[in-house]
Formats: sequence, C-alpha cells, structure tokens
Amino acid sequence: MNLYGALAIYKFEMSRMWRTLMQSVASPVISTSLYFVVFGSAIGSRMGDIDGISYGAYIIPGLIMLTLLMQSISNASFGIYMPRFSGTIYEVLSAPVSYVEVVIGYVGAAATKSVILGLIILATARLFVDYSVLHPFWMLSFLVLTAVTFSLFGFIIGIWADGFEKLQIVPLMIVTPLVFLGGTFYSIDMLPEIWQTITLFNPVVYLISGFRWAFYGVSDIHVGISVGMIVLFLTLCMVLVSWIFRTGYRLKP
Amino acid sequence: MQPELSVQNLSKTYDDGFQALKNVSLDIDKGEIFALLGPNGAGKTTLISIICGLVNPSSGRVTAAGHDIQRDFRAAREAIGLVPQELSTDSFEKVWKTVSFSRGLFGKPPNPAHIEKVLRDLSLWDKRNNRVMSLSGGMKRRVMIAKALSHEPDILFLDEPTAGVDVELRRDMWEMVRKLRESGVTIILTTHYIEEAEEMADRIGVIRNGELILVEDKSTLMSKLGRKELRLHLHTPMEKMPPELADQPIELSDDGYELIYTFNSQQEQANVALLLRTLGELGVEYRDLQTRESSLEEIFVGLVHHD
Repeated sequence: MNLYGALAIYKFEMSRMWRTLMQSVASPVISTSLYFVVFGSAIGSRMGDIDGISYGAYIIPGLIMLTLLMQSISNASFGIYMPRFSGTIYEVLSAPVSYVEVVIGYVGAAATKSVILGLIILATARLFVDYSVLHPFWMLSFLVLTAVTFSLFGFIIGIWADGFEKLQIVPLMIVTPLVFLGGTFYSIDMLPEIWQTITLFNPVVYLISGFRWAFYGVSDIHVGISVGMIVLFLTLCMVLVSWIFRTGYRLKP
Repeated sequence: MQPELSVQNLSKTYDDGFQALKNVSLDIDKGEIFALLGPNGAGKTTLISIICGLVNPSSGRVTAAGHDIQRDFRAAREAIGLVPQELSTDSFEKVWKTVSFSRGLFGKPPNPAHIEKVLRDLSLWDKRNNRVMSLSGGMKRRVMIAKALSHEPDILFLDEPTAGVDVELRRDMWEMVRKLRESGVTIILTTHYIEEAEEMADRIGVIRNGELILVEDKSTLMSKLGRKELRLHLHTPMEKMPPELADQPIELSDDGYELIYTFNSQQEQANVALLLRTLGELGVEYRDLQTRESSLEEIFVGLVHHD
C-alpha cells in the first residue's frame, strides 16, 4: 500500500480547498442561509408543524443534504477533471499508486470537504432555528456515508466528462430536481397518492428521510431501507470506478 | 548483466486503428544515455508512455529495473521518472510544494534535503516559494524535471526535454544529464535536436512509422553511415574535369575553383592519397583543403527518408 501516495493526493486536494476558501465554504453557507431566511423564518412562520416539528427545523436535514450532494459531486468531479484537463494527470498515472489509493486521495478529500461543510451549515442553522439531534452517531454516519457515496459519483462524472458543460450538467439538471422533489421542503405524506409512489423511485428521498430520522426520530421511510439504499448506491459507484480503472476508460488510451 | 530497461515485442494499436508501435524490442543498460530519434508521429512518445504506464500496450512485455511494468507495476514505476513533452504543471501550486507532492506520490517519505538539492541543481531554489504560473516556460520545464527527480529514480525519461528552451538552459540540462549519469541513472531521451543526441547519447535508436529501424552506438553509427567530404580550393579555375579523374566520385564546382570528393569514412580512405598524387601528376595546384564529416542530422535525414 502506497500510503504516502494516497496522502499526497489527499493533501493536494485539501490545500485546493483552503486556496479557494471563499468558493468552497462561503458560497454554500450563504445560499443555505438564504433558504433558512426565506423558507425557515419568513414562510415557515406561517406554516404549521409537520410530524410535530416546526417547519424551520423540519427542513434542516434536507437543506444539509442538498449542500452535501451538490458539494460532494462538484468537488470530486472537479478534482479529477482538472488534472485531466491540464494534463497533470500524467503524474498520477505514472506513479506507483493503485486505483484504490487514487480513489482514497481524491474521493476522501472531496468527502472530507463536504462533511466539514455539512457541519458548518448545521451550525449556521442554529442562528435561525432551534433544533435537536436525537441520534448524533447516526446523523454523522449518514453525513459521512452520503458524502463518500456522492463524492464517488462525482469522481465518475469527472472522468466521464469531456468538457466543462458536462461537469455541471449532472448536478444542475439531475441532482437539484431530485433533492427538491425528495422531500426537503415537505413530507411525502403531503403528496397525492400517485406522486407518493413516483417519489419512491427518487433515491434522494431515502437519504433525506434517513437523515431526518437521525435528527428527530421521525421518517417517511423506515431508516433501515434508507441505509440499505445508500449502501446499494455506494456499491454501484464502487463497481463503476473499478471498471473505469480496469479498462482505463477516458484515462489511458 | 540484466538490462535496466527491456522492451520485448511491444506493439500498440489505438482504438481508431492507428498502429503506433510495431513489434519493438530494445534493451538499455544501466547508466546508459539512450537517444530515441524519429520524425513526428513515429511512435517515440507512445513507446515512452507505455513504459511509464500512461498508455496500455496491445501486446508485448516491458521490464524496468527488473520489474514487469504491469504485473509488478509499483516496483517498476518507483524506479522511473518521467518528464513529458507537454508543459503540464499545477499552475496555482508553489514550486516547493508541487515537487514535494511528486515525491509523496511516488511513495517516498518526505526528504527536504533531497528536494533542496534538486531545486538547487536546477537553479530553482530562489523560486521555491513562487507559484508555478508565475514562472517562464523554461523555468516550468525545470520544475517538471525537478518533479521527475524528486523520488530519486533509477531510470529517467526525457521526452523532448529541450523543445522551446533557450541555449543556456539547454546547456544546463545537458550538464545535469551528465551528472545524473555519473550517479548511475539510466537516461532515455527523445529529441528533434540531433545536436543533442550527438552531444550526449551513448547509443541511438531511430524509430520510423512505429518500427525501430536501427539501434547503434553513436560512434559506430557515425562511422558506418557518415560521409566524408574533401574540398580542394584550386589556385586557378578548372574548366572541365580531367579525364583521369572521371571515374572517381568527384565534382567540380560551378565556378571551377573547387573540387569536391565525397567518400565513405570507413572505406576509401586510401583513395584520398591516390587522388592527391594524381592531382600532383596532372600539375593541378591547390591553395587549401578541407575535410568534413556528415553530422548525425544528415545521417538521420538519410535514414528517415530512405524507403
């Protein structure tokens, strides 16, 4: 195991975050704060409680998930796309690192950043609404598991993308709608029955539901199913990544 | 002795059907400086890229420092340093950091003393805290060499190391390559500058259309394929070639002031004496005489364009 190699990539990626601290941390914090102001405080004050939880507190898990998914994907996809774009990937490909070590470096750093961001947003939420975390261990586990899974997904996008447009299209066109329709702002019980069924095909529903359970002990879907879905998606991503490295897809002609 | 680098029957066909390498075999000994010459698109970079792990081979086998580059990729790659042709650097990183990153990537524990030595040797020490993007093209090239040397490789690949580099830096680089060789590093370089190969290489390989058409000691190559030329500057112009010399490979210049005799440097040495004697007998007087050996460049052009 080339630990120095994996660590070198990890540290390189983390230092990229410190270099671009404003984009990396400030912008998601600002945009999430706006959600809290608009939906939590302004509109939320006119909304009734859902499952006995005030509306402002109810949307916290969903808003954290929104940032977590978007940031995991964009950090990891950018992290691997940039060296491909600039040509510096030659060094990683010619180094004595296995693909497991490459993934630990890139995906590990992207996931670390997302988890830090998630926690910062959680702290920011305190400024706007009162909330409690019923199962802190599970809350952190969901945070880490989701960050790792979607960083892996972002890594795949970063390898698949052959232009900056493709890099942005998946988070923008697919992830944002899935998160908005995934129960961030409402309980799926509030939907007509047919939409409830359709919603079950949205993987983000399971993430938000499980994460909300970790906060308040209530969920639309059983928490075991939520964990199962994340693990399933994680496994799918791992299979895809190992295929990429085995075949050299878009990395080695 | 086991060769430091061994390439056996290596072929590469890209997905678009282009066959970049055709059954290339080559052994390079430890401490050797080997120059790979060939026109653009001949397969030089593909060969290097396969050895360094950037391109998958279609068939064949390569060992570096005794390790198979696929089965035992870690040990093989640890032994190799690569300076690619393209200037690809992390623009936002500082010189010291980017060079230290390379050392870590290659699995070596930090060694600031070694990094300092590499940076000093390449005249980069003063720039260690500069961002790579602020450096000139030549300095960026040095940074790439520093990265390749950061993990103390046994085999160094320099793919067109002096393309677009000024004369001073080129001389510095040659000096550096010689020092590396003295410390036991094996060096494989590709170049367009024949002067470079002539100046540094022990052996030369010529690659054309994916085939290694020739591998030879530089001096053997020069003497085997080199042409020599003897020019005689005459006292009085000659109107036409004397019939006694007609069967010799001699030309008369247009103004009649020069006789040019071309011969193979290995053979026909004796004919020079005979020629001069004949000229003496004919009463042809000359002011001056010059000989010159063809350069590697001329040999190369002759090889590559010969079908």
